[in-house]
Amino acid sequence: MKHDSKFTNQKFKLVGTRVTRPDGVDKVTGRALYGADTFAPGQLVGVILRSPHAHAKIRSINTKRAEKLKGVKAVITSADLPDLTNGDSELYDTLENCMARGKALYDGHAVAAVAASDAETARKALKLIKVDYKILPHVTDVDEAMKPDAPIVQPRVKTKDKPGKPTNLSLVSTYGHGDVDAGFEQADVVIEKSYQTEQVHQGYIEPHACLASMGPDGKGELWVTTQGQFAYRNTCASLLGMEISQLKVTSSEIGGGFGGKTHVWAEPVALALSRKANRPVKLVMSREEVFRASGPASSTSIDIKLGATRDGRIVAAHAALRYSGGAFPGIWAEIGAMAAWACYDIKNVQSVGYDVIVNRPKVAAYRAPSAPMAGFAVESTLTLMADELGINPVDFRLKNAAREGTRASYGPTYGPIGIAATLEAVKKHPHMRARLGKNQGRGMACGFWFNFGGQTCADLAIGVDGTVALSVGTIDVGGARASLSLIAAEELGIPYEQVRCNIADTASLGHNDMTDGSRGTFSTGMSTIFAARDAIKQLRERAAKVWGINAKNVTWKDGKAIASSKGERKSLTLKELAESSANTGGPISGHNQVVADGAGVSFASHICDVEVDPETGGTKVVRYTVVQDAGKAVHPDYVEGQFQGGAAQGIGWALNEEYVYGDDGRVQNAGFLDYRIPVCSDLPFIDTQILEIPNPNHPYGIRGVGETSIVPPLAAVANAVSNAVGVRMTHLPMSPPRILAAINSSREEQALAS
Amino acid sequence: MPDVELFAGLRDAVAGAKSVQVEGTTIRELLQNIAREYPSLHKRIEQGIAVAIDGNIYRDDWDQQISEGAEVVLLSRIAGG
Repeated sequence: MKHDSKFTNQKFKLVGTRVTRPDGVDKVTGRALYGADTFAPGQLVGVILRSPHAHAKIRSINTKRAEKLKGVKAVITSADLPDLTNGDSELYDTLENCMARGKALYDGHAVAAVAASDAETARKALKLIKVDYKILPHVTDVDEAMKPDAPIVQPRVKTKDKPGKPTNLSLVSTYGHGDVDAGFEQADVVIEKSYQTEQVHQGYIEPHACLASMGPDGKGELWVTTQGQFAYRNTCASLLGMEISQLKVTSSEIGGGFGGKTHVWAEPVALALSRKANRPVKLVMSREEVFRASGPASSTSIDIKLGATRDGRIVAAHAALRYSGGAFPGIWAEIGAMAAWACYDIKNVQSVGYDVIVNRPKVAAYRAPSAPMAGFAVESTLTLMADELGINPVDFRLKNAAREGTRASYGPTYGPIGIAATLEAVKKHPHMRARLGKNQGRGMACGFWFNFGGQTCADLAIGVDGTVALSVGTIDVGGARASLSLIAAEELGIPYEQVRCNIADTASLGHNDMTDGSRGTFSTGMSTIFAARDAIKQLRERAAKVWGINAKNVTWKDGKAIASSKGERKSLTLKELAESSANTGGPISGHNQVVADGAGVSFASHICDVEVDPETGGTKVVRYTVVQDAGKAVHPDYVEGQFQGGAAQGIGWALNEEYVYGDDGRVQNAGFLDYRIPVCSDLPFIDTQILEIPNPNHPYGIRGVGETSIVPPLAAVANAVSNAVGVRMTHLPMSPPRILAAINSSREEQALAS
Repeated sequence: MPDVELFAGLRDAVAGAKSVQVEGTTIRELLQNIAREYPSLHKRIEQGIAVAIDGNIYRDDWDQQISEGAEVVLLSRIAGG
């Protein structure tokens, strides 16, 4: 159904206030149920056997001894997950990632699974499974994988749209406009620089966990931690050969996802185990499994060339971006190529993305996927250029910032956008004028993300006491239940506390796309507005019936139906209409389904101060400020929380986080002790400034806010560290050994020069 | 007739052309006409597409109107986190 979703500049009473979060009590008392917290009578424990090799042919798998162990109810291999993908290569990749099919493609790749009566028995059974591997040459480095003599990870993969031999280069994507060569001819200064970023994990605290139950009648249920219960249902049902209506998926509370829970990992395996054992199966991945076998972000290698005139105008820009996709084809480099130059108005610009397959886990989306690494390379080079030209880096970016009417480097022409506004705010911010101490440096950087909408629906049921149950199909990853309750209350004119927002299972609401692309509050907010207005239409009709007048003579204001015609008619409250609903036509509810497109792009600018210990190379972020265009901030606490969360993750990416691989292609640090994400004591209070530039394509002006904030920190921190130590840092993370090496290398160069 | 701009692999599907001329007053009409006139491009579109009209990116709303003189850009359909 088509709705008018244009921004109306509505004045709000509730939207924009900082109400109490509805999930707070459950979360602080331990009452909230996460993926591992659901139980079923007779449930078994599922565990997965994983490859100890980075790349190996599986000659045979012998499961007989495991099957004979007392307490073991099912053992499965890829033979129990037959290929039902019907030529859908993306779905086949998912199937193969869930369970190796003849070849282990990375350290941690699943090769078999067991369901047993208890965890000890299940683990014992894993040791009884004998896999005969033939170890193959492996490649884990993105640049190495592009060389002509590199081991081929996936013999079925050729470069898309290019006939030829099997290759690790699965996709080449070119974006841009103008004449880059001619642009560089006009430049007074040209800077070329190469950058690297290491593979990082989303680092969600809650591991992947589910309870799968398949009945002998072919009907199934899945309780799972996920960012998209409908997507999980559709994928799992397809892989298991089920009609999707026969699989009911219920999402739990989510302990972080950040994109990593938009893809299935162990869930089809748990369902296949349950189907074979004819018992429910609980499968909870260990932290080590999460690192080794679930969605990291790409490692990257990026070359930047930037040309500018002496007066600070960028005249040409080029980026070559090589992104690893793990062991399967992806579009991660393509997204990086699209996002790389999106903040700027450049006449001659080109970016080329190279998607590369390596013997690493299948890459998954991570908060503004691929944009942070591209942003790191571009924004580092912009600061280098500003320094070279002797121009303040904020002024340099402002001079070149994209504005309404700018042709984006990825194609379309921008409507109203907020990059310049964030830069103006940064320029005025007291942080930029604060004095720096000894060994301290300051950096700033900008970031961009697309944001998406998608298929969405909502049900709004009015109880007989006039309170409201709002059912939505997008997972609450960052406060959506509070925001959506605020929106429903705003429309209906009732207190926020009288609305309870529930996340529906797949049998209770129509299809909803996942909570990704920063779409939760944008899309479901839109659907909630229209569902509430649908309910209000019915409320007006009920009041009209009571009064015996035409509904068009009834208006709705402040939670009451008011007759516009003359006469002694007392207004009717929502509560009064709900109480009498049995006699005016039955239950009152509103519904909406919408394709919420037009999410509107988002921009941010960040400022970072660091202090670097020149003896150890250790870095401490001492001050950090986020400025971002959020559109209308429905619940400012949550918006600020998203800004802070993205910045914290980006700081971790910049300073500490990386997968460390041995020469054998195995991950050496698959745990939080050796893979270091920032904790509270590592971070200062992250200051935030929300800019509310309305999205013209949403009735309330809402934009997505969840992802953009992770894009600028990599470069903001790198620019700050480089400023502090006097050496340009080009390799993330800037761990103490890398910083020390850079300082020492610079000293040696200076000594040689002198 | 809108000049529909293409990027990345979409160009490969039409021998490197930067744009194609296709009629269409909605995204649905546009995509139907592309399917008829450019079968190689249609195959690529079936794998996932987004259409930007005057700067706004649409992934699923095929009822979206394309006004006279609008800027139309075909992009890869990408996902977020």
